[in-house]
Amino acid sequence: MPIPAQALRHEYLRHNKKFPHVWCPGCGNGIVMGALLRAVSRLEIDKDEIVLASGIGCSGRMPTYLDFNTLHTTHGRALTFATGVKLANPSMNVIAIMGDGDSTAIGGNHFIHAARRNLNLTAIIINNSIYGMTGGQYSPTTPFGSKSTTSVYGHIEHAFSIAELAVTAGASFVARATVYHADLIDRLIEQAINKRGFAVVEVISNCHIQYGRRNKLGGAVDMLTSFKEQAVSVSRAEKMSHEELEGKTTIGVLADREIPISTEEYKKVREQARAQKEKV
Amino acid sequence: MVFSHRPDILLFTVFSGNKMTEKSSKKKATAAKAARKKPVKKKKHFDVSFYHDWCKACGICMAFCPQKIIKADKNGKPGIVNADKCVGCRFCEIHCPDFAITVSERKQKKGASDV
Repeated sequence: MPIPAQALRHEYLRHNKKFPHVWCPGCGNGIVMGALLRAVSRLEIDKDEIVLASGIGCSGRMPTYLDFNTLHTTHGRALTFATGVKLANPSMNVIAIMGDGDSTAIGGNHFIHAARRNLNLTAIIINNSIYGMTGGQYSPTTPFGSKSTTSVYGHIEHAFSIAELAVTAGASFVARATVYHADLIDRLIEQAINKRGFAVVEVISNCHIQYGRRNKLGGAVDMLTSFKEQAVSVSRAEKMSHEELEGKTTIGVLADREIPISTEEYKKVREQARAQKEKV
Repeated sequence: MVFSHRPDILLFTVFSGNKMTEKSSKKKATAAKAARKKPVKKKKHFDVSFYHDWCKACGICMAFCPQKIIKADKNGKPGIVNADKCVGCRFCEIHCPDFAITVSERKQKKGASDV
Protein backbone atom coordinates (compact mmCIF):
# COMPACT_ATOMS: atom_id res chain seq x y z
CA MET A 1 0.00 0.00 0.00
CA PRO A 2 1.76 3.20 -1.09
CA ILE A 3 1.85 6.22 1.17
CA PRO A 4 -0.73 8.79 0.02
CA ALA A 5 0.68 11.79 -1.84
CA GLN A 6 -1.12 14.09 0.58
CA ALA A 7 0.83 12.69 3.55
CA LEU A 8 4.14 13.00 1.66
CA ARG A 9 3.30 16.59 0.74
CA HIS A 10 2.76 17.56 4.36
CA GLU A 11 5.65 15.58 5.80
CA TYR A 12 8.56 16.11 3.43
CA LEU A 13 8.06 19.25 1.33
CA ARG A 14 9.20 22.63 2.55
CA HIS A 15 6.18 24.70 3.40
CA ASN A 16 7.84 28.05 2.80
CA LYS A 17 8.69 27.33 -0.86
CA LYS A 18 6.59 28.21 -3.83
CA PHE A 19 4.57 25.37 -5.27
CA PRO A 20 3.89 23.99 -7.89
CA HIS A 21 7.59 23.43 -8.53
CA VAL A 22 9.53 25.01 -11.42
CA TRP A 23 9.82 21.88 -13.57
CA CYS A 24 7.88 21.74 -16.83
CA PRO A 25 4.47 20.02 -16.95
CA GLY A 26 4.99 16.25 -17.03
CA CYS A 27 8.70 16.39 -16.13
CA GLY A 28 10.16 13.13 -14.83
CA ASN A 29 12.02 14.93 -12.02
CA GLY A 30 8.76 15.26 -10.09
CA ILE A 31 8.09 11.52 -10.44
CA VAL A 32 11.59 10.72 -9.16
CA MET A 33 11.11 13.13 -6.24
CA GLY A 34 7.88 11.34 -5.33
CA ALA A 35 9.62 7.96 -5.54
CA LEU A 36 12.47 9.17 -3.31
CA LEU A 37 10.00 10.40 -0.70
CA ARG A 38 8.06 7.13 -0.74
CA ALA A 39 11.29 5.17 -0.31
CA VAL A 40 12.43 7.36 2.60
CA SER A 41 9.06 7.23 4.32
CA ARG A 42 8.88 3.44 3.93
CA LEU A 43 12.36 3.07 5.45
CA GLU A 44 11.23 5.29 8.35
CA ILE A 45 14.48 7.25 8.43
CA ASP A 46 14.34 10.47 10.37
CA LYS A 47 14.40 13.61 8.20
CA ASP A 48 17.41 14.96 10.11
CA GLU A 49 19.47 11.86 9.36
CA ILE A 50 19.38 12.38 5.61
CA VAL A 51 21.70 14.64 3.63
CA LEU A 52 20.66 15.37 0.07
CA ALA A 53 23.31 16.91 -2.17
CA SER A 54 22.75 18.08 -5.71
CA GLY A 55 24.66 19.81 -8.47
CA ILE A 56 23.42 22.22 -11.07
CA GLY A 57 20.64 21.56 -13.54
CA CYS A 58 16.97 20.75 -13.43
CA SER A 59 17.60 17.97 -10.91
CA GLY A 60 19.54 20.47 -8.79
CA ARG A 61 16.27 22.12 -7.84
CA MET A 62 15.19 19.08 -5.86
CA PRO A 63 16.95 19.88 -2.54
CA THR A 64 15.29 23.29 -2.57
CA TYR A 65 11.90 21.67 -2.11
CA LEU A 66 12.73 18.85 0.28
CA ASP A 67 12.89 19.21 4.02
CA PHE A 68 16.11 17.21 4.64
CA ASN A 69 19.63 18.47 5.35
CA THR A 70 20.32 19.74 1.86
CA LEU A 71 23.25 21.00 -0.19
CA HIS A 72 22.87 22.74 -3.54
CA THR A 73 26.44 22.67 -4.81
CA THR A 74 28.45 23.62 -7.88
CA HIS A 75 28.11 21.93 -11.25
CA GLY A 76 29.18 18.28 -11.16
CA ARG A 77 30.37 18.37 -7.57
CA ALA A 78 27.40 16.80 -5.82
CA LEU A 79 29.35 13.60 -5.14
CA THR A 80 32.38 15.55 -3.97
CA PHE A 81 30.39 17.38 -1.33
CA ALA A 82 28.57 14.16 -0.44
CA THR A 83 31.93 12.43 0.08
CA GLY A 84 33.00 15.23 2.42
CA VAL A 85 29.80 14.99 4.45
CA LYS A 86 30.09 11.20 4.68
CA LEU A 87 33.72 11.34 5.86
CA ALA A 88 32.91 14.00 8.44
CA ASN A 89 29.85 12.22 9.78
CA PRO A 90 29.58 8.56 8.70
CA SER A 91 26.30 8.06 10.57
CA MET A 92 24.40 10.22 8.06
CA ASN A 93 22.48 8.75 5.13
CA VAL A 94 23.95 10.72 2.25
CA ILE A 95 22.10 10.84 -1.05
CA ALA A 96 23.50 12.65 -4.10
CA ILE A 97 21.02 13.55 -6.77
CA MET A 98 22.42 14.41 -10.19
CA GLY A 99 21.50 14.79 -13.81
CA ASP A 100 23.24 13.06 -16.69
CA GLY A 101 25.38 16.05 -17.66
CA ASP A 102 26.12 16.78 -14.03
CA SER A 103 27.30 13.26 -13.20
CA THR A 104 28.99 12.10 -16.39
CA ALA A 105 30.26 15.20 -18.18
CA ILE A 106 31.51 17.83 -15.76
CA GLY A 107 31.49 15.47 -12.78
CA GLY A 108 32.58 12.39 -14.72
CA ASN A 109 35.80 11.85 -12.82
CA HIS A 110 34.14 12.38 -9.47
CA PHE A 111 31.56 9.79 -10.42
CA ILE A 112 33.92 7.00 -11.46
CA HIS A 113 36.26 7.61 -8.55
CA ALA A 114 33.44 7.71 -6.02
CA ALA A 115 32.35 4.33 -7.41
CA ARG A 116 35.92 3.00 -7.22
CA ARG A 117 36.45 4.33 -3.68
CA ASN A 118 33.20 2.69 -2.56
CA LEU A 119 32.00 5.02 0.16
CA ASN A 120 28.62 4.28 1.68
CA LEU A 121 26.70 6.75 -0.53
CA THR A 122 23.58 6.65 -2.65
CA ALA A 123 23.68 8.32 -6.06
CA ILE A 124 20.47 8.89 -7.97
CA ILE A 125 21.10 9.91 -11.56
CA ILE A 126 18.24 11.30 -13.60
CA ASN A 127 19.14 10.71 -17.23
CA ASN A 128 17.10 12.80 -19.65
CA SER A 129 19.67 12.68 -22.50
CA ILE A 130 20.18 16.44 -22.67
CA TYR A 131 21.17 19.58 -20.78
CA GLY A 132 17.62 20.74 -20.20
CA MET A 133 18.03 23.82 -18.02
CA THR A 134 20.81 25.53 -19.98
CA GLY A 135 18.94 25.38 -23.29
CA GLY A 136 19.13 21.92 -24.80
CA GLN A 137 22.82 21.34 -25.56
CA TYR A 138 23.93 17.74 -26.15
CA SER A 139 25.18 15.78 -23.18
CA PRO A 140 27.27 12.56 -22.98
CA THR A 141 24.09 10.49 -23.03
CA THR A 142 22.47 12.12 -26.09
CA PRO A 143 21.88 9.26 -28.56
CA PHE A 144 23.74 9.16 -31.89
CA GLY A 145 21.97 11.11 -34.64
CA SER A 146 19.52 12.99 -32.42
CA LYS A 147 19.12 16.75 -32.60
CA SER A 148 19.87 19.36 -29.97
CA THR A 149 20.74 23.07 -30.04
CA THR A 150 24.44 22.24 -30.45
CA SER A 151 23.86 19.41 -32.93
CA VAL A 152 21.23 20.74 -35.31
CA TYR A 153 22.16 18.29 -38.10
CA GLY A 154 22.21 15.28 -35.82
CA HIS A 155 24.62 14.26 -33.08
CA ILE A 156 27.86 12.71 -34.35
CA GLU A 157 29.12 11.22 -31.08
CA HIS A 158 27.97 8.04 -29.39
CA ALA A 159 26.21 7.95 -26.04
CA PHE A 160 27.44 5.94 -23.13
CA SER A 161 25.46 4.00 -20.62
CA ILE A 162 25.73 5.39 -17.09
CA ALA A 163 24.69 2.22 -15.27
CA GLU A 164 27.19 0.04 -17.13
CA LEU A 165 29.93 2.61 -16.49
CA ALA A 166 29.16 2.37 -12.77
CA VAL A 167 29.29 -1.45 -12.88
CA THR A 168 32.73 -1.31 -14.51
CA ALA A 169 33.96 1.40 -12.15
CA GLY A 170 33.23 -0.90 -9.21
CA ALA A 171 30.05 0.33 -7.50
CA SER A 172 28.50 -2.17 -5.08
CA PHE A 173 24.93 -1.68 -6.23
CA VAL A 174 23.80 -0.54 -9.66
CA ALA A 175 20.20 -0.39 -10.84
CA ARG A 176 18.26 1.23 -13.62
CA ALA A 177 14.61 2.16 -14.09
CA THR A 178 12.54 4.52 -16.20
CA VAL A 179 10.05 7.10 -14.98
CA TYR A 180 7.21 5.00 -16.38
CA HIS A 181 8.12 2.33 -13.83
CA ALA A 182 7.69 4.65 -10.84
CA ASP A 183 7.02 1.91 -8.30
CA LEU A 184 10.21 0.17 -9.43
CA ILE A 185 12.18 3.38 -8.81
CA ASP A 186 11.11 3.60 -5.21
CA ARG A 187 11.87 -0.07 -4.57
CA LEU A 188 15.33 0.39 -6.09
CA ILE A 189 16.02 3.57 -4.11
CA GLU A 190 14.96 1.72 -0.96
CA GLN A 191 17.44 -1.07 -1.74
CA ALA A 192 20.14 1.47 -2.63
CA ILE A 193 19.78 3.35 0.69
CA ASN A 194 19.88 0.06 2.61
CA LYS A 195 22.95 -1.12 0.70
CA ARG A 196 26.31 -0.74 2.43
CA GLY A 197 28.56 0.69 -0.26
CA PHE A 198 28.31 2.96 -3.27
CA ALA A 199 24.84 2.51 -4.76
CA VAL A 200 23.81 3.98 -8.10
CA VAL A 201 20.24 4.22 -9.36
CA GLU A 202 19.95 5.51 -12.91
CA VAL A 203 16.51 6.74 -13.85
CA ILE A 204 15.73 7.26 -17.53
CA SER A 205 13.62 10.40 -17.62
CA ASN A 206 11.81 12.46 -20.20
CA CYS A 207 12.71 15.95 -21.37
CA HIS A 208 9.93 16.49 -23.84
CA ILE A 209 10.53 20.25 -23.97
CA GLN A 210 14.21 20.38 -24.95
CA TYR A 211 14.83 16.88 -26.29
CA GLY A 212 11.46 15.47 -27.32
CA ARG A 213 10.31 18.49 -29.26
CA ARG A 214 13.50 18.75 -31.37
CA ASN A 215 13.46 15.03 -32.15
CA LYS A 216 9.70 14.85 -32.74
CA LEU A 217 9.12 12.39 -29.92
CA GLY A 218 5.90 14.02 -28.74
CA GLY A 219 4.91 15.18 -25.28
CA ALA A 220 5.32 13.68 -21.84
CA VAL A 221 2.68 11.01 -22.44
CA ASP A 222 4.27 9.83 -25.72
CA MET A 223 7.73 9.69 -24.18
CA LEU A 224 6.48 7.70 -21.18
CA THR A 225 4.74 5.28 -23.56
CA SER A 226 7.99 4.81 -25.49
CA PHE A 227 9.83 4.07 -22.22
CA LYS A 228 7.22 1.41 -21.51
CA GLU A 229 7.82 -0.19 -24.92
CA GLN A 230 11.62 0.03 -24.77
CA ALA A 231 12.07 -1.31 -21.25
CA VAL A 232 13.14 -4.93 -20.80
CA SER A 233 13.71 -6.49 -17.38
CA VAL A 234 17.16 -7.90 -16.55
CA SER A 235 15.89 -11.48 -16.37
CA ARG A 236 14.23 -11.21 -19.80
CA ALA A 237 17.22 -9.46 -21.34
CA GLU A 238 19.47 -12.42 -20.46
CA LYS A 239 17.46 -14.65 -22.78
CA MET A 240 17.44 -12.16 -25.66
CA SER A 241 20.06 -11.97 -28.40
CA HIS A 242 22.30 -8.98 -29.03
CA GLU A 243 20.27 -7.91 -32.09
CA GLU A 244 16.97 -8.07 -30.21
CA LEU A 245 18.33 -5.80 -27.48
CA GLU A 246 19.13 -3.04 -29.98
CA GLY A 247 17.28 0.10 -28.89
CA LYS A 248 16.02 -1.47 -25.67
CA THR A 249 16.68 -0.38 -22.09
CA THR A 250 17.45 -2.99 -19.45
CA ILE A 251 15.74 -2.20 -16.15
CA GLY A 252 16.22 -3.72 -12.74
CA VAL A 253 19.24 -4.50 -10.57
CA LEU A 254 22.36 -4.74 -12.78
CA ALA A 255 24.93 -5.37 -10.04
CA ASP A 256 24.69 -6.18 -6.34
CA ARG A 257 27.92 -7.24 -4.67
CA GLU A 258 29.69 -7.02 -1.31
CA ILE A 259 32.82 -4.88 -1.40
CA PRO A 260 34.56 -3.53 1.73
CA ILE A 261 33.61 0.10 2.18
CA SER A 262 36.07 2.93 2.44
CA THR A 263 35.08 4.43 5.83
CA GLU A 264 35.38 1.08 7.61
CA GLU A 265 38.73 0.29 6.02
CA TYR A 266 40.00 3.70 7.09
CA LYS A 267 38.84 3.01 10.64
CA LYS A 268 40.85 -0.23 10.63
CA VAL A 269 43.97 1.59 9.41
CA ARG A 270 43.55 4.18 12.18
CA GLU A 271 43.23 1.51 14.87
CA GLN A 272 46.29 -0.32 13.52
CA ALA A 273 48.36 2.83 13.53
CA ARG A 274 47.24 3.71 17.06
CA ALA A 275 48.15 0.23 18.32
CA GLN A 276 51.61 0.49 16.78
CA LYS A 277 52.16 3.88 18.39
CA GLU A 278 51.20 2.55 21.81
CA LYS A 279 53.75 -0.28 21.45
CA VAL A 280 56.52 2.23 20.82
CA MET B 1 -49.97 -29.77 -11.71
CA VAL B 2 -52.85 -27.96 -13.18
CA PHE B 3 -55.98 -29.81 -14.03
CA SER B 4 -58.42 -28.82 -16.69
CA HIS B 5 -61.41 -30.33 -18.36
CA ARG B 6 -59.71 -30.00 -21.78
CA PRO B 7 -56.86 -32.45 -22.42
CA ASP B 8 -54.85 -30.17 -24.76
CA ILE B 9 -54.72 -27.34 -22.26
CA LEU B 10 -53.81 -29.75 -19.53
CA LEU B 11 -50.90 -30.94 -21.57
CA PHE B 12 -49.63 -27.46 -22.24
CA THR B 13 -49.89 -26.30 -18.68
CA VAL B 14 -48.20 -29.37 -17.34
CA PHE B 15 -45.33 -28.93 -19.78
CA SER B 16 -44.78 -25.25 -19.10
CA GLY B 17 -45.07 -25.82 -15.37
CA ASN B 18 -42.37 -28.44 -15.45
CA LYS B 19 -40.04 -26.18 -17.42
CA MET B 20 -40.46 -23.39 -14.93
CA THR B 21 -39.61 -25.50 -11.94
CA GLU B 22 -36.57 -26.96 -13.71
CA LYS B 23 -35.22 -23.53 -14.51
CA SER B 24 -35.69 -22.13 -11.03
CA SER B 25 -34.12 -25.14 -9.39
CA LYS B 26 -31.08 -24.85 -11.68
CA LYS B 27 -30.72 -21.20 -10.79
CA LYS B 28 -30.89 -22.00 -7.12
CA ALA B 29 -28.24 -24.70 -7.48
CA THR B 30 -25.78 -22.44 -9.28
CA ALA B 31 -26.34 -19.68 -6.74
CA ALA B 32 -25.70 -22.11 -3.91
CA LYS B 33 -22.54 -23.35 -5.63
CA ALA B 34 -21.22 -19.83 -6.06
CA ALA B 35 -21.95 -19.04 -2.44
CA ARG B 36 -20.06 -22.14 -1.35
CA LYS B 37 -17.07 -21.43 -3.58
CA LYS B 38 -16.20 -17.92 -2.43
CA PRO B 39 -17.77 -15.57 0.04
CA VAL B 40 -19.31 -12.51 -1.54
CA LYS B 41 -16.68 -9.79 -1.46
CA LYS B 42 -17.79 -6.24 -1.12
CA LYS B 43 -16.29 -4.11 -3.90
CA LYS B 44 -13.83 -1.55 -2.62
CA HIS B 45 -14.48 2.01 -3.64
CA PHE B 46 -11.83 4.67 -4.00
CA ASP B 47 -11.93 8.43 -4.00
CA VAL B 48 -9.54 10.37 -6.22
CA SER B 49 -8.93 13.95 -5.21
CA PHE B 50 -7.13 16.50 -7.35
CA TYR B 51 -5.27 19.47 -5.97
CA HIS B 52 -5.87 21.79 -8.91
CA ASP B 53 -3.69 24.60 -7.56
CA TRP B 54 -0.60 22.44 -8.08
CA CYS B 55 -1.73 20.70 -11.28
CA LYS B 56 -0.01 21.72 -14.53
CA ALA B 57 -2.31 19.72 -16.82
CA CYS B 58 0.43 17.48 -18.24
CA GLY B 59 -2.12 14.77 -19.03
CA ILE B 60 -0.22 11.74 -17.67
CA CYS B 61 -3.06 10.69 -15.34
CA MET B 62 -5.68 10.96 -18.11
CA ALA B 63 -3.63 9.03 -20.66
CA PHE B 64 -2.61 6.07 -18.50
CA CYS B 65 -5.74 5.50 -16.38
CA PRO B 66 -6.65 1.82 -16.96
CA GLN B 67 -10.36 2.54 -16.49
CA LYS B 68 -10.28 5.75 -18.55
CA ILE B 69 -12.31 7.61 -15.94
CA ILE B 70 -10.11 10.71 -15.64
CA LYS B 71 -11.17 13.35 -18.13
CA ALA B 72 -10.08 16.93 -18.72
CA ASP B 73 -12.26 19.86 -17.82
CA LYS B 74 -12.35 23.09 -19.84
CA ASN B 75 -8.93 24.19 -18.47
CA GLY B 76 -7.32 20.86 -19.38
CA LYS B 77 -7.10 19.86 -15.73
CA PRO B 78 -8.28 16.41 -14.70
CA GLY B 79 -11.56 15.48 -13.11
CA ILE B 80 -13.14 12.13 -12.41
CA VAL B 81 -16.22 11.05 -14.35
CA ASN B 82 -17.23 7.77 -12.72
CA ALA B 83 -15.63 7.40 -9.29
CA ASP B 84 -17.24 3.99 -8.62
CA LYS B 85 -15.27 2.45 -11.49
CA CYS B 86 -11.87 3.27 -9.93
CA VAL B 87 -9.93 0.09 -9.13
CA GLY B 88 -7.40 1.81 -6.87
CA CYS B 89 -4.24 1.00 -8.83
CA ARG B 90 -2.78 4.40 -7.85
CA PHE B 91 -0.97 4.80 -11.17
CA CYS B 92 -2.11 8.42 -11.36
CA GLU B 93 -0.99 9.14 -7.80
CA ILE B 94 2.56 7.79 -8.14
CA HIS B 95 3.08 9.21 -11.65
CA CYS B 96 1.86 12.71 -10.87
CA PRO B 97 5.01 14.88 -11.00
CA ASP B 98 3.31 17.61 -8.99
CA PHE B 99 1.95 15.67 -5.99
CA ALA B 100 -1.50 16.84 -7.01
CA ILE B 101 -3.41 13.54 -6.87
CA THR B 102 -4.38 11.54 -3.81
CA VAL B 103 -6.22 8.23 -4.03
CA SER B 104 -7.87 7.06 -0.83
CA GLU B 105 -10.15 4.22 0.06
CA ARG B 106 -13.72 5.38 0.51
CA LYS B 107 -14.91 5.19 4.08
CA GLN B 108 -18.48 4.54 5.01
CA LYS B 109 -20.28 7.67 6.04
CA LYS B 110 -21.03 8.02 9.72
CA GLY B 111 -24.48 6.88 10.63
CA ALA B 112 -25.06 5.15 7.31
CA SER B 113 -25.09 1.71 8.93
CA ASP B 114 -27.59 2.80 11.60
CA VAL B 115 -30.38 3.39 9.14
